[in-house]
Amino acid sequence: MAAQILFFLLATVAIAAGLGMLLSKSPVSSALWLILNLFCIAGLYLTLNAEFIAVVQILVYAGAIMVLFLFVIMLLNLDALPDVNNIEWKRVFGFTLGMGVLALLWFAVASSLDILPYKISAGRAAEVGSATSLGEVLFTQYAMPLEVIGILLLAATIGAVMIAKRKPV
Amino acid sequence: MEVTLNWYLMLSALLFVIGVLGVLFRRNVIVILMSVELMLNAVNLTLVALAQNMGDPAGQILVFFVIAVAAAEAAVGLAIIIAIFRNRLTVDVTEINLFKY
Repeated sequence: MAAQILFFLLATVAIAAGLGMLLSKSPVSSALWLILNLFCIAGLYLTLNAEFIAVVQILVYAGAIMVLFLFVIMLLNLDALPDVNNIEWKRVFGFTLGMGVLALLWFAVASSLDILPYKISAGRAAEVGSATSLGEVLFTQYAMPLEVIGILLLAATIGAVMIAKRKPV
Repeated sequence: MEVTLNWYLMLSALLFVIGVLGVLFRRNVIVILMSVELMLNAVNLTLVALAQNMGDPAGQILVFFVIAVAAAEAAVGLAIIIAIFRNRLTVDVTEINLFKY
């Protein structure tokens, strides 16, 4: 039961954050909405027993990629930055309450239709998601793709530096 | 009752559609790139849900590779945006029409 309520809460907030990214005017607030969305998806990975992927999601996406996005947005100085000093607690409270009510309603509708999602944890699934089992497969069966991904990341880094470099006039 | 994947698949379809709408309707290049990231995440969620349902680690390995490629894509895309902004002083896709004609 708790897992189902957690799923509905995370799914509701993820959809709302996606819509917030789609509809907000300022690119900075779009990026912040996307970060909220990525955290919700990481939580959904946890409900699926995929701990390693959840941690990688937070580290790489929310930690590295979105910081890169925010860095570029601020570097280009596109928009007046939103005032971080006054967080409107009323609106934060209203958002949380509204999403909670929406999740509750969806949960009620789904349980009345008898289509609730069940936690996918059939014993074997629990050991599939851990870093140990993924690492075993990654470094034996998929060792070659791992090396290729390393080369790809190196090429992308060098390419990004070359493209963004100021050309000598 | 049996395990149902349907809700995870429906959620990721919805997130994918939000990403597609962002690519189609937004004019800021940076927001378009963020929408592409959202679409990649929706597909990752599908892959993880199906992999856990089948008890197969290959799907999660694929998600790992998709995250790595997404990082490379974001780095190169943002570098291109910086290079274009340096020349044209805009990030509006309707004004970036270098290859249009």
